[in-house]
Amino acid sequence: MIYRETGQFKANYQDDQALFPIAQDRYVIFGILIVTFAVVPAMLNEYWLNAILLPFLIYSLAALGLNILTGYCGQLSLGTGAFMAVGAFSVYKMMVAIPELGFIPLVLLSGLVTAAVGTLFGLPSLRIKGFYLAVATLAAQFFLIWMFNKVGWFFNYSASGMINAPPMTIFGVIVTGPHANPIAKYYLVAAIVAVFALAAKNIARGRIGRNWMAIRDMDIAAELIGVRPLIAKLSAFAVSSFYVGMAGALYFAVWLGSAEPTEAFDINQSFLVLFMIIIGGLGSVLGSFLGAAFLVIMPILLKNIMVDGLGTDTSLAKHFEFIIVGVMIIGFLIVEPHGLARLWRIAKEKLRLWPFPY
Amino acid sequence: MSESGLAEVILAVENISLSFGVMKVLDNISFDIRRGEIRSIIGPNGAGKSSMLNVINGFYHPQQGSITFKGATRRQMAPQVAASQGIARTFQNIALFKGMSTLDNIMTGRNLKMKTNLFWQALHIGPARAEELENREAAEKIIDFLDIQAIRKKPVGKLPYGLQKRVELGRALAAEPELLLLDEPMAGMNSEEKEDMCRFVLDVNSEFGTTIALIEHDMGVVMDLSDRVLVLDYGKQLADDVPDKVRANQKVIDAYLGVPHE
Repeated sequence: MIYRETGQFKANYQDDQALFPIAQDRYVIFGILIVTFAVVPAMLNEYWLNAILLPFLIYSLAALGLNILTGYCGQLSLGTGAFMAVGAFSVYKMMVAIPELGFIPLVLLSGLVTAAVGTLFGLPSLRIKGFYLAVATLAAQFFLIWMFNKVGWFFNYSASGMINAPPMTIFGVIVTGPHANPIAKYYLVAAIVAVFALAAKNIARGRIGRNWMAIRDMDIAAELIGVRPLIAKLSAFAVSSFYVGMAGALYFAVWLGSAEPTEAFDINQSFLVLFMIIIGGLGSVLGSFLGAAFLVIMPILLKNIMVDGLGTDTSLAKHFEFIIVGVMIIGFLIVEPHGLARLWRIAKEKLRLWPFPY
Repeated sequence: MSESGLAEVILAVENISLSFGVMKVLDNISFDIRRGEIRSIIGPNGAGKSSMLNVINGFYHPQQGSITFKGATRRQMAPQVAASQGIARTFQNIALFKGMSTLDNIMTGRNLKMKTNLFWQALHIGPARAEELENREAAEKIIDFLDIQAIRKKPVGKLPYGLQKRVELGRALAAEPELLLLDEPMAGMNSEEKEDMCRFVLDVNSEFGTTIALIEHDMGVVMDLSDRVLVLDYGKQLADDVPDKVRANQKVIDAYLGVPHE
């Protein structure tokens, strides 16, 4: 009853094309932003910020990146983990070599490096589709991780093969490395994610996003009305990798503080992010957040309930996690390939008409 | 439109031959389309009609022959060249972008009219916003023209067949083409929907001055709408004339009705 658009008249196309044409949606978004930036840091303790919100936000960014490629442009990729590693290693090398640039420019630069690498590995997409492309990106996954393990230059020849984030500051507050301030880290990541989520939404509703979706839905027709598959696919790979690379950089430098390629960026990372967008919703910015929230919070919740509440084994809780994720993936793929985001949309459509659906 | 005989030739194909392996799909076809006319291509199934359209807009590359469009002669077309030169088309089996709304489909049809780069689009301010509004205005004109205002925001995958055909016409019109290729726009429609579609085809032709190449199986429609009719059978050119002469042509009647074997 509250979710009504009656009386909200749009007198020009500009209003109709607004990001959130319905007033209630705008209030909700403002509410979320206020909660994110004003309420959360004041209310929650370090455990919440570090263990739940940081990974949620960082994985949201990675999921957003993969969603641009897979959800919007229809190109399946299993190389997300490796592209995150490219972001992490390039930000590490730059933090050591050119720290004077400042941390945020370095994160953006590492995104650009990843975009270049992603475009390179996106070249096969011009010839192959679907599962075959997925296998080609799988090659990227294994090759890049092998390279980060083998070539000493990437981890500055450290004996353990690990990379450790040197402390860097923004406005005098440490945001990377082990002594970072949790609230500052949270603000930094939340700001980056908010800005780039907005950018993703804007790109998706403009010409470039439409061209991506055209390639996804019917590539031949798209080509015949003037969309260039080469440019559309490679730009999707570039933008997607840019997001994933930034997520990798934040994942390593802000959240983990140190990382080892085989463990932090293996194929399971690729699958985890893929599951996020399948459960959250392919081709939806909101879905990237919902999927990331679900897959970050669900294991923690399960562990809290089962291990701390019911006193069961940790491994049992872990197995339950596999079962739940597996069932949900199968369920969503069969019943609702557009995931939680579509369920939310259907609920909204129903609410707009409730209680008189005709 | 008897004056079409005087208009300039917008597209001329000469001696086009296309084969896939040993299959000869088009055999030495030559014809032209004059500006402003409605030109039909008819023939039994497998005659090579759709292949002919695919050659014109660059999806198939013929082994022989040449295509002259707006004075420029090419061995073969490339899809992007055809699109940017002003050739648009619809498809026999609907080829809409099913996950997108009607409006987005039509806006995608205008993608060559839009130029702003990724940076402006990500910010969605300044030139990107102005461009989006400008093209929205043009897209809305087409939506009004086709009378599909009510389904503007609906995903096209869920629309009924007749409306999908109409949206597809809209997407092709959005590019403001000079030559519009329609591949069986009335297939599978009831007579009411056919009448609507005929009206749209005639209106496009007279209001926008768009030249139309039409493939259609409904002979009543073809004979009423067309200025000239090209008849293909098994990749060969049977006839090329005004509707009345084609209707009387014995070879055409044989191809459609079959010839008794002695």
